[in-house]
Amino acid sequence: MSTALLHTGTHEKKAVLTKKKLLPYWLLAPGIIWLIIFFLVPIYQLISTSTQTQGFGIGTYVQTYRFSNFIDAITSSKAQLFRSFEYAFLATAFALIISYPLAYAVAFKSGRWKNTLLVLIVAPFFCSFLLRTVAWEQILGEQGLVIKLLRFLHIFGAQDHLTATPFAVVAGLTYNFLPFMTLPLYASLERIDIRMMEASGDLYANALTTFRKVTVPLSMPGVVAGTLLTFIPAAGDYINAELLGNPGTKMIGNVIEARYLAIVDYPGAAALSLILMVTILVLVMAYVKRAGTEELV
Amino acid sequence: MVDASTSAHGDLTLTNLTKSFGDFVAVDDLDLVIPEGSFFALLGPSGCGKTTTLRMVAGLEEPTSGKISIGKTDITYEKPYKRPVNTVFQNYALFPHLSIYENIAFGLRRRGVKDVDDQVNKALELVELTHLASRKPNQLSGGQQQRIALARAIVNRPALLLLDEPLGALDLKLRRAMQIELKWIQTEVGITFVHVTHDQEEAMTMADTIAVMNEGKIEQMGSPADLYDNPRTSFVANFLGQSNLIKGSIIDSSGGNAVVDIFGTKVRLAQDRNHAHDSSVLLGIRPEKIRIQPAGTSMHGNILEGGVISDASYIGVSTQYQVEMPWGQELMVFEQNDDGTPPLAKGDAVVMSWEPIFTFGLAGDQDANAGSEANPDSE
Repeated sequence: MSTALLHTGTHEKKAVLTKKKLLPYWLLAPGIIWLIIFFLVPIYQLISTSTQTQGFGIGTYVQTYRFSNFIDAITSSKAQLFRSFEYAFLATAFALIISYPLAYAVAFKSGRWKNTLLVLIVAPFFCSFLLRTVAWEQILGEQGLVIKLLRFLHIFGAQDHLTATPFAVVAGLTYNFLPFMTLPLYASLERIDIRMMEASGDLYANALTTFRKVTVPLSMPGVVAGTLLTFIPAAGDYINAELLGNPGTKMIGNVIEARYLAIVDYPGAAALSLILMVTILVLVMAYVKRAGTEELV
Repeated sequence: MVDASTSAHGDLTLTNLTKSFGDFVAVDDLDLVIPEGSFFALLGPSGCGKTTTLRMVAGLEEPTSGKISIGKTDITYEKPYKRPVNTVFQNYALFPHLSIYENIAFGLRRRGVKDVDDQVNKALELVELTHLASRKPNQLSGGQQQRIALARAIVNRPALLLLDEPLGALDLKLRRAMQIELKWIQTEVGITFVHVTHDQEEAMTMADTIAVMNEGKIEQMGSPADLYDNPRTSFVANFLGQSNLIKGSIIDSSGGNAVVDIFGTKVRLAQDRNHAHDSSVLLGIRPEKIRIQPAGTSMHGNILEGGVISDASYIGVSTQYQVEMPWGQELMVFEQNDDGTPPLAKGDAVVMSWEPIFTFGLAGDQDANAGSEANPDSE
């Protein structure tokens, strides 16, 4: 009798154990299903479409494994591709230059205003990306205050304008992705132990050297995260070029959008999207490897 | 490079040094001379102003008033990076992004020293961690980080090394080992060490001279033995070790020994250990100096009769007794377990005695418990 009892006991234990083992998978399931439906399937669709060719009728395509789609896509949109990375790079650089002092001030010098300032940094998110860009169009536009002031000061002549220029596109990109730069920077600066700076001063480093040798290296995780969060979406963005640019400032996002929606060249658009994705991935990997962030705590 | 960071040498002198934060006076009109080459400890409970004093010397805090100088050089308002002072920070503050080697080389590189490699290796040898040069700080144990923090400071050969609770984060055994090592290193390099701690045992083990701080002022300064055997205030008597302080009055102070009446019993007190202003006195005696025997035993020296043991705890090397006296006070007695007799039990009537030279007398108008709450040993 007692052995029988023992037996059922271990049996139940086993069942409980298997249940426990499965638990992590159950918890992961919603995420995995989500990823399959909204990431893996579309990616497969994209890759598959990129080698198709036109079938009968507009918008119908058949799989023919035409890999020269990629070469066609590159040759026809080389300029826009390079311009995208150029603009994204400039916007990232400007965002970094603007954000670093801002994040530094919020992290170390803001005192009781810290939370207020953080809310102000996040505040633009309460308004849609598109609307904010349209607002910039108004601000920089012919009826806007900026251009009127510049003309009043005779810096700009009647024929000069701000909208429909590369400047406006880069400025728009910089503005739109600024919080993505500031917040990670703030987070990593705020985490720096103030005693590190004291120790640096104690070891004969003046304020500037302390900043170069201690503060900047310790904030590198924030710099890497911020630049990635700015560069990646900026490289693929088409709203800013559309609303603030001219035909000469078209970015790769605009080309892809046009191919999908206007020309209905799905394989071309898919090929360009893949090229953009892979290029960004390679650049990012090279960058992260170079920055060596994994060595930082 | 001709600035204070290389030229200043000599005693550290604090003159009328005061630091207030709003209404709170952290350091109150402090006067202190720390001789060159000594191992000096600033000892006190948290909030007594010892760390603030240290930070003012390091240049991390600006004094409200007063003066700090090393030798003849006034450094009161000198920038931290121009002072001939290095600090071993609490929790070490090693740079996590730099290797151990680069951490130690940091100060040398900033000063543009030529033989960086040679000096870093010597510093690593001094703390016996040469094999860890290429590691990062987070790959080291607490004790190793502590020694690297020390090497990083010492390598610069400052006129003054400040240590802010340097052993606070280590466990007891490691702390003991590091105490001995720190003392040895100080003797080896001959730099003035100023050590801030709340741990009286740590201060007594390492320092030549201890200044006991309380509420922004120095209560007493002297050698560890001097402070322990001849405290001048009840705070010092209670903060450094434990003391029995009994109210009494001096009835005869004509001889070399004063005669003190404590609740009807007459005991003797050496005049050079009597710090009372008038006849009202707190008579002090350390628990381990008291001998304890069953009532009726004949004893010599200062004798107290009528005690009853209210608590006895056997702790191996000694037995600790609480003895309730007829006037209601509980006295502590630590008795070595070295004579083969079984410990006395709770409820036993006892007689106690001690040699008059171990008695000290404090001014009778003080709080007899001052400093005992702040003492980590009595918590």
